[in-house]
Amino acid sequence: MVRTDSDRYHPAPRRLQHRSPSGPLRYPRGVRAYLDHAASAPLREQATQAMLPWLTGLFGNPSGSHQVAREARRAVEGAREAVAAALGGRPGEVVFTGGGTEADFLAVHGVLRHHRTEGRDPGPVVTTAIEHPAVLRAAESAGVAVRKVPVGRDGVVDLDAFASALDPTVSVVSVMLVNNEVGTIQPLEEVASVTRRLAPSAVLHTDAVQAMPWLDVVQAAAAADLVSVSAHKFGGPQGVGALLVRGATPLAAVVEGGGQERERRGGTHNVAGLAGMAAAALAQDARRHAEVAGVRSRRDRLVAGILDAVDGAFTTVPAGTATAAGFAHFCISGVESEALLVLLDDAGVCASAGSACASGALHASHVLIAMGVPEEDALGSLRLTLGPTTTDEDVEVVLDALPAAVAKLRAS
Amino acid sequence: MRVLVAMSGGVDSSVAALLLAQAGHDVVGATMKLWAGPSTSGCCSIADVEDARAVADRLGLVHHVFNFSSAFEAAVVEPYVAEHAAGRTPNPCVACNRHLKFDRFVQRAERLGFDAVATGHHARVVAPVGPGDHWRLTRGADQAKDQSYVLHMLGQAELSRLLLPVGELTKHEVRAQAAAAGLRTAAKPDSQDVCFLGGPGGRAGFLGTRIALHPGTVVDRTGSTLGRVDAVELVTVGQRRGLGNPGGLLPPGQRRYAVDVDVAGAVVTLGGPDELLAAGVHVDDAGWVVSPPAAGERVGVQCSAHGAPLPGRWEPTGPTARRGRVVWDRPARRVAAGQSVVLYRRDEVLGGGTATGLAVTAA
Repeated sequence: MVRTDSDRYHPAPRRLQHRSPSGPLRYPRGVRAYLDHAASAPLREQATQAMLPWLTGLFGNPSGSHQVAREARRAVEGAREAVAAALGGRPGEVVFTGGGTEADFLAVHGVLRHHRTEGRDPGPVVTTAIEHPAVLRAAESAGVAVRKVPVGRDGVVDLDAFASALDPTVSVVSVMLVNNEVGTIQPLEEVASVTRRLAPSAVLHTDAVQAMPWLDVVQAAAAADLVSVSAHKFGGPQGVGALLVRGATPLAAVVEGGGQERERRGGTHNVAGLAGMAAAALAQDARRHAEVAGVRSRRDRLVAGILDAVDGAFTTVPAGTATAAGFAHFCISGVESEALLVLLDDAGVCASAGSACASGALHASHVLIAMGVPEEDALGSLRLTLGPTTTDEDVEVVLDALPAAVAKLRAS
Repeated sequence: MRVLVAMSGGVDSSVAALLLAQAGHDVVGATMKLWAGPSTSGCCSIADVEDARAVADRLGLVHHVFNFSSAFEAAVVEPYVAEHAAGRTPNPCVACNRHLKFDRFVQRAERLGFDAVATGHHARVVAPVGPGDHWRLTRGADQAKDQSYVLHMLGQAELSRLLLPVGELTKHEVRAQAAAAGLRTAAKPDSQDVCFLGGPGGRAGFLGTRIALHPGTVVDRTGSTLGRVDAVELVTVGQRRGLGNPGGLLPPGQRRYAVDVDVAGAVVTLGGPDELLAAGVHVDDAGWVVSPPAAGERVGVQCSAHGAPLPGRWEPTGPTARRGRVVWDRPARRVAAGQSVVLYRRDEVLGGGTATGLAVTAA
């Protein structure tokens, strides 16, 4: 066979193994348990099926005026209805984006930009110290003052400090619904009522990216003006997200282009991706109750098992704090999480420390630091996140591999 | 053997990984994130991590990223800044090898159960040839690319578990191997500078963000003012350029060098080339690969990463082998305080230490 440049730069994919006879879920060889659902969850079968026609023949630009365009538009508008229903909004309130980070950026910058287009200087952004970088970096680059409200040792925003950060000049308040590292649920209703009272002209945004798989976002985010979600966290494809822009919330586009999404986000739609996101939203909405119950019981068993089997391990979030069902976060004293993750990876366990930069390098998490976790404990952090496809066997694999890995690191 | 290869994202460590994998070792790659500041052209930018990861993937190797940036800051960057503030000229790559690559990284490898570590340095590790012999470190096959100077701190414990696969190759051969294997780093330019000094403004720009730089007066031996420099902390003994342009005050054609730098007094003294000469160099904090040279032993001495070795004799000056001086065969240019002084027996690294800055006066 003639080797081409293309072979050199696109090596054949490694062999993949079928994991279970029940589904199409595939992992690279050697993977025994995937506990990193908060990083990315597997595609739901319904999402795959909804996307397939758009990957295997159907195509078209939804903005056109002919039959091919109309077919694509039908798919986009169908997706819009489904996502609107899942978020508790009207279809016209849904702005599709290229993922959660873009939705967060549009929320923060879009509100401030609207002020500027109207000739006003926008006021401060009030957010929390434990937001995802998508929000923190958006706020820090927006050219206004940023007030980061501290959290307690429980990883929940301090409402007194929050209230004192507010004043009538505030333009944007952004408080996440579920923290992406430790899984704590933030008191969004209280945040909203304090905001309405003390900063009545502020727009309230919530990053619901990690909440979507676990909470009824229709209820939980009802008080927010802007709600961000990302499809791949709940069984949709990567690179697709949405920002719900409720009612008359002022928002200017940050990517203008051809005026798509009612002039709030330019660019041709990712039709396949949107169809996949909508199907995933519908599927998870229908199953959430059962899925959450199953995940919660496995999570609780995993936590109890680890606390029992690993000396010096403690849950980063104190017992009794409300957390999303899929999250288990530990600090293991005397162990460096970077080394631990290498040994877990060797053992076929996919886990995370909770915070990594784009290079994959771990750093002491700003979330843990904000919670007041001592740095030496924060450097031994381990995040295990479960999903609907997590099995009892996965839990057993971790309970087998983790104590062995910790013992090996402590022995040397 | 299970080998952990430190992969910087450059061509040398890419080929180190390639050669070890071809030799049948169980190889895992790891990239150290060292400099946490704004990404520059340095060895730890995200693009370099991606290159290292892509090469590992191409070779079918597992790859990890180790974030040693806080240790790097504490063990390399802060001392570098403090040394400059004190008017010395440190070599941060030596400090990085001593504290990061051959300490933290080796420790991490041991903890993870690796039998050996490897890097892409151009130098050679020679195994003991019989009972009673020791591990030795020699120059790489490519004399022009030799990096044994920055590895002089390695002792028996480190060398016994270190592999330097590209030490047997010339740079040209390294690139040819990388190209033949389709590695994306094959034509990547060599890194030119210290990783955290690659930003705009270079060394002066970086130091200016860390310490207050003070203007200084440039004088001659009689104390007459010749000019001014913007930052006395950045002047190194032996420097000729950028000394406040005192040329107009000097006879034409006469070269003047910084022969003394007094940071506290903010004075740089210029002198002719003969005033820059010293009979030798005092060395402190010396360490030895096997054992110190004998008193009076003739050695080759290298005082910068790519300088030529000069012949001289080693004379210990204390009861331990940590201090001594090298007396040159013939007077040579003074060595700035803080520079590494590395002693060779032909191509073999004997060890080395740090120049104190005190010139050895002619006996």
